[in-house]
Amino acid sequence: MADAALDALVDQVRDAATRQAALEIRGGGTKAFYGGAAVGEALDLRPLAGISCYEPSELVVTARAGTPLAELEATLAAQGQWLPFEPPRFADAAGRPAGTVGGMVACGLAGPGRASAGSVRDYVLGASLLDGRGQLLSFGGQVMKNVAGYDVARLLAGSLGALGVICEVSLKVLPQPVAGATLRFELDQARALQQLQRWGGQPLPITASAWWDGMLVLRLAGAAAAVQAACGALGGERIDDTLAGSFWQGLRDQRDEFFVGAARAVEGGATLWRLSVPQTAPPLPLSGEQLVEWGGAQRWLCTSTPAAQLRDAAAAVGGHATLFRGHDKTPGVFAPLSPALERVHRRLKDAYDPARVFNRGRLYPWM
Amino acid sequence: MTDPVLAPQARELAAPGPVAAATAARQREVVDALGGVLPAHALLWQPEDTVPYECDGLTAYRQRPLVVALPETEAQVAAVLAACHRLQVPVVARGAGTGLSGGAMPHALGVTLSLARFNRILKLDPLARTATVQCGVRNLAISEAAAPHGLYYAPDPSSQIACTIGGNVAENSGGVHCLKYGLTLHNVLRVRGFDAEGQAVEFGSEALDAPGLDLLAVMVGSEGMLAVATEITVRLVPRPRLARCIMASFDDIRKAGDAVAAVIAAGIIPAGLEMMDKPMTAAVEDFVHAGYDLAAEAILLCESDGTPEEVAEEIDRMLGVLAGAGATRMEVSKDEAQRLKFWSGRKNAFPASGRISPDYMCMDSTIPRKRLADILLAIQQMEKTYGLRCCNVFHAGDGNLHPLILFDANDPAELERCERFGADILETSVALGGTVTGEHGVGVEKLSSMCVQFSPAERAAMLALKHAFDPAGMLNPGKVIPTLQRCAEYGKMHVRKGLLPFPGLERF
Repeated sequence: MADAALDALVDQVRDAATRQAALEIRGGGTKAFYGGAAVGEALDLRPLAGISCYEPSELVVTARAGTPLAELEATLAAQGQWLPFEPPRFADAAGRPAGTVGGMVACGLAGPGRASAGSVRDYVLGASLLDGRGQLLSFGGQVMKNVAGYDVARLLAGSLGALGVICEVSLKVLPQPVAGATLRFELDQARALQQLQRWGGQPLPITASAWWDGMLVLRLAGAAAAVQAACGALGGERIDDTLAGSFWQGLRDQRDEFFVGAARAVEGGATLWRLSVPQTAPPLPLSGEQLVEWGGAQRWLCTSTPAAQLRDAAAAVGGHATLFRGHDKTPGVFAPLSPALERVHRRLKDAYDPARVFNRGRLYPWM
Repeated sequence: MTDPVLAPQARELAAPGPVAAATAARQREVVDALGGVLPAHALLWQPEDTVPYECDGLTAYRQRPLVVALPETEAQVAAVLAACHRLQVPVVARGAGTGLSGGAMPHALGVTLSLARFNRILKLDPLARTATVQCGVRNLAISEAAAPHGLYYAPDPSSQIACTIGGNVAENSGGVHCLKYGLTLHNVLRVRGFDAEGQAVEFGSEALDAPGLDLLAVMVGSEGMLAVATEITVRLVPRPRLARCIMASFDDIRKAGDAVAAVIAAGIIPAGLEMMDKPMTAAVEDFVHAGYDLAAEAILLCESDGTPEEVAEEIDRMLGVLAGAGATRMEVSKDEAQRLKFWSGRKNAFPASGRISPDYMCMDSTIPRKRLADILLAIQQMEKTYGLRCCNVFHAGDGNLHPLILFDANDPAELERCERFGADILETSVALGGTVTGEHGVGVEKLSSMCVQFSPAERAAMLALKHAFDPAGMLNPGKVIPTLQRCAEYGKMHVRKGLLPFPGLERF
């Protein structure tokens, strides 16, 4: 059955390539808001679903692109394992968490655990790619260490389908931490950032942080003894585990108060920006609501400030700004590239998708 | 030996004739061009000066370069690259020359670009937990500089005393702690360098991500074929307060392999999990006298690090799992001195092999952990087939094998059997679901084995990626991706993986 699903995809891609027609690679449709507007006929990946291989003692899972993320996470959880980068699970138009494994890799978005555990790309071990000629190519593998050839599989994380269709992916997984605790501190942004840097240099089991509206929330996770000892050393107010659990889930899936408010503001014409900056960047003097994650490295900003001002502010501290949610995407969703990097992007697109079949304009208007 | 990179150029240079004359003229042309952008002392071309550069850590393959350039500034690197691009001269970047796959082996008609003089730590920021260093800084020097701040750079290849961070980026080097702390890729934030035309280019950033495609992910591990890295920003991590190591003996290789899987299945990610077989243990014990169990068929080193509370909890769990898996003897390091003693043998596996054999060839394949015993038993069989001995050390936690095939390079028949033995190990690893190289890179050594692991279309896609960075193919040409012709001559079938077989799909 699944073989027929792949054959159908190959046929559709080859047909589109012949006609030079655009295809929109589509999974659950939960991240359609992200990147440039989708154009073209839908290439539905949902029929290409299923976990192909999972062996908990290998710490590797291989799944087809259309596999619901919820199914993958449930399978891992049954064995006490998880995806430590905590990909967000957005809802589709009907409000269901319909995201797929392929969409998760293609968008490359990570949740609260990113700063301590790594990004989606860090967990990609291998991938099968259907390129713009309808060729199925396999890169990487199902082992932890692999330097045979260029790491094309990892390049696909966050590629927004620009190079081709991710058909199957192998991911490293990890055991869930044994114990956890969440602490809360009343601090303004500058002091919260300083504190995070001080703690970051110590061997403490901090796995996530979030600052918003005068409050810093810290998540500890690891061996029970280590979490216990760290709670004693850090102080702060310990939050009830159930409440804390739903807070981190809400933050991860962008359902919590800040993001609900941001969604409302976006409806009213504001823009939600994601500023990715060095952790040590000072508080950015920009107007609008700010939520700080990743030990200071990710700053969400809901604002009506012009794009150029935000991009300049991010660049001034060594970072970049992404127009995450908003109705007006004319400033470009992603920060522009240096000429040298843009050249490489254009040549890669020419090589992997010469007829420009896939996700036109999703990453950059010229791709 | 049809690849240009392996052409017997040294002989041609020595022998009079039209080829030698053409080469000499080309050398003159390149020396003249580079003489305009480099001081005289930064340019070598006399045979006695270029001989030290004729190989890297893979000494079986040697080739004198046309010219060696030793720039001291980024402007000079850019100028050398631009000049070479104009003349269409291949450029092979080189760090400390410790690579084990011939990645820095010179090109007969190329310039070896030694980056040895880029050896300064530019910035160490303890609050950001990052270090920005020039590419020629040694791996261990970063950790030494970070030590006063309680920080270190986690990837620790065995050659870390000598190998440079630029070389680590080129090879995506690992080490004994990468199951828990990741590879070079996971610990590098940003790479600044120059493309084949000498244009400055920057991958990644000091933030946790950068806009566009994640080109840093392909730059790391690209073996000097996409750009020349000159400046690297790495992530530093807090040094754990304590580390303790368990040394466990097993009377059966399969039991030891199963013990590795059992540790992981128990939800434990050891800081290090290494295995040595009996011949290896005998060789290293004779060298370091660490008190290894010589009767054991396999020895596991299993390390825990973290806070004292964490380590105590984890060591208890590890002991329980290892005992359950049938360990015949277990010893936990009592102090740092004893822990280092446990590791001394493992860290000296290569020199210890050098003492018991005139030469050894180190392989580097990775397999799924559960196939450890299978590959070991297959290697035992191969020892009989090829009439050569083999000692085995493994990064067992991540399934990365380092079989050391013992041979005498002065005996051409032995070298030939050794090469076939090695290829057999690599191809068996691919058949078991693994890869031909875990951390040493393809270089020139594993070109043929790449034919087995990747289809022609996949190799073409990799070549297309190289050309997206370097359209003229000037940077380290002939490495990593074998030509179609080479694969045809090698004549072994590509082992399929991933989604195939599928009916109705073309086979490439």
